[in-house]
Amino acid sequence: MSGCSKRCKLGFVKFAQTIFKLITGTLSKDKIEDELEMTMVCHRPEGLEQLEAQTNFTKRELQVLYRGFKNECPSGVVNEETFKQIYAQFFPHGDASTYAHYLFHAFDTTQTGSVKFEDFVTALSILLRGTVHEKLRWTFNLYDINKDGYINKEEMMDIVKAIYDMMGKYTYPVLKEDTPRQHVDVFFQMGKAEAQRGLKTHSRALSK
Amino acid sequence: MAAGVATWLPFARAAAVGWLPLAQQPLPPAPGVKASRGDEVLVVNVSGRRFETWKNTLDRYPDTLLGSSEKEFFYDADSGEYFFDRDPDMFRHVLNFYRTGRLHCPRQECIQAFDEELAFYGLVPELVGDCCLEEYRDRKKENAERLAEDEEAEQAGDGPILPAGSSLRQRLWRAFENPHTSTAALVFYYVTGFFIAVSVIANVVETIPCRGPTRRPPREQPCGDRFPLAFFCMDTACVLIFTGEYLLRLFAAPSRCRFLRSVMSLIDVVAILPYYIGLFVPKNEDVSGAFVTLRVFRVFRIFKFSRHSQGLRILGYTLKSCASELGFLLFSLTMAIIIFATVMFYAEKGTNKTNFTSIPAAFWYTIVTMTTLGYGDMVPSTIAGKIFGSICSLSGVLVIALPVPVIVSNFSRIYHQNQRADKRRAQQKVRLARIRLAKSGTTNAFLQYKQNGGLEDSGSGEEQALCVRNRSAFEQQHHHLLHCLEKTTCHEFTDELTFSETLGAVSLGGRTSRSTSVSSQPVGPGSLLSSCCPRRAKRRAIRLANSTASVSRGSMQELDTLAGLRRSPAPQSRSSLNAKPHDSLDLNCESRDFVAAIISIPTPPANTPDESQPSSPGGSGRASSTVRNSSLAGLLHAPPLGPLGSHLTSELWPKKERTLCLLSG
Repeated sequence: MSGCSKRCKLGFVKFAQTIFKLITGTLSKDKIEDELEMTMVCHRPEGLEQLEAQTNFTKRELQVLYRGFKNECPSGVVNEETFKQIYAQFFPHGDASTYAHYLFHAFDTTQTGSVKFEDFVTALSILLRGTVHEKLRWTFNLYDINKDGYINKEEMMDIVKAIYDMMGKYTYPVLKEDTPRQHVDVFFQMGKAEAQRGLKTHSRALSK
Repeated sequence: MAAGVATWLPFARAAAVGWLPLAQQPLPPAPGVKASRGDEVLVVNVSGRRFETWKNTLDRYPDTLLGSSEKEFFYDADSGEYFFDRDPDMFRHVLNFYRTGRLHCPRQECIQAFDEELAFYGLVPELVGDCCLEEYRDRKKENAERLAEDEEAEQAGDGPILPAGSSLRQRLWRAFENPHTSTAALVFYYVTGFFIAVSVIANVVETIPCRGPTRRPPREQPCGDRFPLAFFCMDTACVLIFTGEYLLRLFAAPSRCRFLRSVMSLIDVVAILPYYIGLFVPKNEDVSGAFVTLRVFRVFRIFKFSRHSQGLRILGYTLKSCASELGFLLFSLTMAIIIFATVMFYAEKGTNKTNFTSIPAAFWYTIVTMTTLGYGDMVPSTIAGKIFGSICSLSGVLVIALPVPVIVSNFSRIYHQNQRADKRRAQQKVRLARIRLAKSGTTNAFLQYKQNGGLEDSGSGEEQALCVRNRSAFEQQHHHLLHCLEKTTCHEFTDELTFSETLGAVSLGGRTSRSTSVSSQPVGPGSLLSSCCPRRAKRRAIRLANSTASVSRGSMQELDTLAGLRRSPAPQSRSSLNAKPHDSLDLNCESRDFVAAIISIPTPPANTPDESQPSSPGGSGRASSTVRNSSLAGLLHAPPLGPLGSHLTSELWPKKERTLCLLSG
């Protein structure tokens, strides 16, 4: 009951204020949008020397990379939405958002929801200049969606489905519903069958 | 700490000598002075214009780009200067901020461009100095408003193509809101307009005296009383139509509560209610007075025209937005009326047979005089009365003239907004068509390229090589990416026509399909539809850097060609993919062993594992048979998935630069 009367009073007060404003002709207040100045998440990357030491890029390459990065994201970070949009530009046929989502989380090693320049460059360094081992580890990390150290069939299905989503509708031959599933089954079967063979190859490769 | 304070610190510390005599405890030793590097002059080259400044100046604000180590990313070791590829005119203001501590806003530049520069250099908009802050804010708000209405217009303008799964309700609502969408809606629109006009005219004509031919002497009788049945029928018909329309709108409205509370629905209700009340009220003498009053409300039907006329709506908006000015006008007029009425009353009190019988009676005189009407039914006769009467009429002009310009400017602003919206809607279609036309030339580049047999590994003849080479580096890389995806999934991209042929069914209606590859458009100011000057904000081209840092020849031009990429509609060309040998497709699917990437950077040969042999997976080395390892191994050897053959890349790419292609995933 008290709530009701309070609301009534509030309403009455507001009404009285409106009438008063009308009578005295006070100009309407500027709706000061304090969000005009939103918190600019401005992130500054580490020093050039540090990055050079941490990655396999030279200074010049880092400079070039940073220039491009900064041009697109003056605030210094990429959030997932932007990343998805960016990735969608390359695959206009299909829907790249799921795959971009997984990719984003593989880039975002600290799981903060935004990719900073350091993350970006570290990942690139691994992918382009890293050893095979590192690349594999990175790919494994990509496939391991929940980051528990294991890739199970469901995670594999998700990734494969995301990849197939990027193809879009107009493909030849026509994409069927269970194409991803078949793909994953074949993959796992081959995986089991070739586990031994693969291990032998691994050891051979490592010994090279 | 503020900017210049650091300069004064040595003085403050020197002045601390004055404390020495008073110190009760020994003062702490001074901090070790680091080998102070002498101040040096930095050269900042902004698009060719060289700015030189002291390093200390820039260091004043360490949380900006120029003040922090971030500027090292832009340092060109060869020339010893910092190179920025930005607007030099804007940079002038940024640099002045470092020098003076106040950020000034350029008057003739676009506010959005200024904002972008600030964002780039890491300056927060709050740093704009007081002298320019107000103008900056105003312009920004104006811009934001304009962009907001652009967004609205675009969303509203998604009209013509209705989502297929819309229910009757939605379609009906759209027909009501945008009569131009279908002929039925248009017909309905005009019919209701006609009946509103008929109803209003009937109301007016009802009261005109008609000559009764049979009566002697000819008695003037209102037409309404002479032909009651005819008018009643017309009224009934109109009300039936209005009721039907109102009920239909109520049914179709997406949010009925909101519809019920909206102004137009209230007007509708007020227009038809008197009729129904009149039906049910018995025609006896006591109530007939009230009944007659009800008929007055029928005139509100004229407001129903506001759905049909934009001018009326604009007027309504203006009045609403000028509510405070109107209120002020009213209030000041009331004050003046009371004052002058009182004065006139007492001035004319002594006169015999005066009209000014009371103060309220003098109100009428004051109003008529202040609005300069001057009917002359009440005139002062004493000299004092005449003097005060003249003062009254002079002040009336002033009081009324003051708020009027405000109202007029509001009206003009809203009117122009509306005109702009209309113009934009008209241009929208033309613009879309033009964009589509521009795209059709460059769409489907990937499929065209395939058609030209660029993907054939056998590489027959020079003509094909020529076609292949005509593409820009960016296009090549992008096509390679798409090709990698095709190989991963063992499915090829096709266009709509081939797809529907394959399906054996016609799939599309009027929908835009999205089966073309993204084209690379040359960067031009036209393709970058910027959002600051009154254009749309939504279509701002998204340029990206993340996944395609192509550093061929150390230039980022390819990156910029991404600007202006859009989803494009279906291509017109038929791709002759059927001609492609399918066996080659399967063959290529078999031999994946390596992870290929789109990003190609000239790699130093040392780091590159030999790309011609299938790289042996490093694996973890452990001989354990956990799921981890086996899947890792399986990852590499699985034929159709992910890893692509590097020999594919070496065939497509000139051997000159050993590009390691890595497809993420």
